Amino acid sequence: MTDDAKRSGLSRRSFLRGGAAGALSGGLAAGLLTEEAAGAAAAADTDAPETVGPGPVEIELEVNGVTRRLAVEPRVTLLDGLRDRLDVTGPKRVCDRGTCGACTVLEDGRPIYACSRLMIESAGRSVTTVEGLGSPDAMHDVQRAFVENDAQQCGYCTPGFVVATAALLARHPAPSEQEIEAGLGGNLCRCGTYKGIRAVVEGAGGGGVSGG
Amino acid sequence: MRPFGYAAPATVEQAVGLLAAEGSEALAGGTDLLSLLKDDVERVDRLVALRGVAGLSGIELDGGMLRIGAMTTLQELRDHEDVIAALPALAVAIDGVASPQLRAMGTVGGDLLQRPRCWYYRRGFGLLALTADGRSMVAGGDNRYHAIFPTGQARFVSPSSLAPLLVAVGAEAVVRGPAGERRQPVEALYRAPEVDGERENTLAPGELLVGVEANVEGSRSAVYEVRQRRALDWPLMAAAVSLTGSGARTERARIVLGHAAPVPHVATAAGDVLAGQELTPETVAAAADAAVEGARPMSGNRYKVQLARTAVRRALGRAAGMEI
Repeated sequence: MTDDAKRSGLSRRSFLRGGAAGALSGGLAAGLLTEEAAGAAAAADTDAPETVGPGPVEIELEVNGVTRRLAVEPRVTLLDGLRDRLDVTGPKRVCDRGTCGACTVLEDGRPIYACSRLMIESAGRSVTTVEGLGSPDAMHDVQRAFVENDAQQCGYCTPGFVVATAALLARHPAPSEQEIEAGLGGNLCRCGTYKGIRAVVEGAGGGGVSGG
Repeated sequence: MRPFGYAAPATVEQAVGLLAAEGSEALAGGTDLLSLLKDDVERVDRLVALRGVAGLSGIELDGGMLRIGAMTTLQELRDHEDVIAALPALAVAIDGVASPQLRAMGTVGGDLLQRPRCWYYRRGFGLLALTADGRSMVAGGDNRYHAIFPTGQARFVSPSSLAPLLVAVGAEAVVRGPAGERRQPVEALYRAPEVDGERENTLAPGELLVGVEANVEGSRSAVYEVRQRRALDWPLMAAAVSLTGSGARTERARIVLGHAAPVPHVATAAGDVLAGQELTPETVAAAADAAVEGARPMSGNRYKVQLARTAVRRALGRAAGMEI
């Protein structure tokens, strides 16, 4: 496998396999490309990448430090792939439209909505969920602070909050009130526990909670 | 989501070739497109992923010339200190996309070409939202967030956070297509569709927005957004202004409203009011009034006319560094 192929997380074999699946499911390429467009595409670049899917495509990505290999349809979101295929159920499926923040994970260290990313787009990248931050026996500072500050109500949005808080503290180790609001703006809605969550983040200044 | 194919081109040429095929759609940050696919508002045969395309992402500031690749994320742009120093209004526009997750995923091109938020469109009634006998569902329905400058039957509003500012500073969009590269003012990316099925942007099949360019040298510009919520929502109204001229007098003013019309609304008359004038509370108020001349609000959005006046007044105040 070339370095590029490794980085993309899509092996040549998986491209071929995906292509075959496409052909079996009714000649995707033929259905997609008008003759004229196909001609233009070929003229523009004879090395145009193959279209994979809509059947399963083999991909590889790192989840919480472990390399995982699986075959997913391109339409599967990172959130559904993590939960339903890899049994990583920390990220929660709540709105599924990129507004509530319960599915927040880190992708290459940046906080994203896992519901709004196709899993195939995360191929070759590193994903950290709340499980990857710490475990019940060895909690991350942010997780411990959530427990100590009773910063959850029903708890369903908590995994996303913990990840978003860790991302916020990694950028701003001692955030101002404004930075807290902005940093958690993708998760805050209308719950009664925000006082506790704010206490978690503010504890960072003197309490030694850090995003790392 | 319905099944679709996926291609990950490495070059702009490959991407353009793939996008020329019917049923292909460009995938940038995905925050808007995936929602539209989940809700079955839009359908695709194949997504063309832009994430791995070389040369689409990056920021250059050369003298006063700013170049931003279309796949640059909003966060990357926000974190570029020199760019924010040169064009501070950009920070206001980006911070308006009020979620770190959306800023980390969302791209400059994706912000400019995100689809309208009109709830009739999002419920599958089409951009014009016409009944079988051709009446506007918007005009006869709940139009509280809709256009105060409707164009024909297009009554949705342009939702982009960056477009009003980029239009105000005279930015150009760089578009690549099967026939090569073309440049046009950012406002020319947009149109009000006249018939159902027409889009609100002017990109032809196979065309790809690859970046924007603007001369931001000595720019005195500002953005003011009127919001109902501070987080996770689009503004009710936004105004972007850009002033040229040294000293107290304004040589030329460009005033652009967002969330007011199906396209970023260039308030030409408002700019004309300020040409050659000093900015005073009186001239600013006159410009704000001129900005809403010809507004045709509907049953539920008359309040947006006043919001537009206020947004223009406050944006001008910010640009001129005065409390108005």
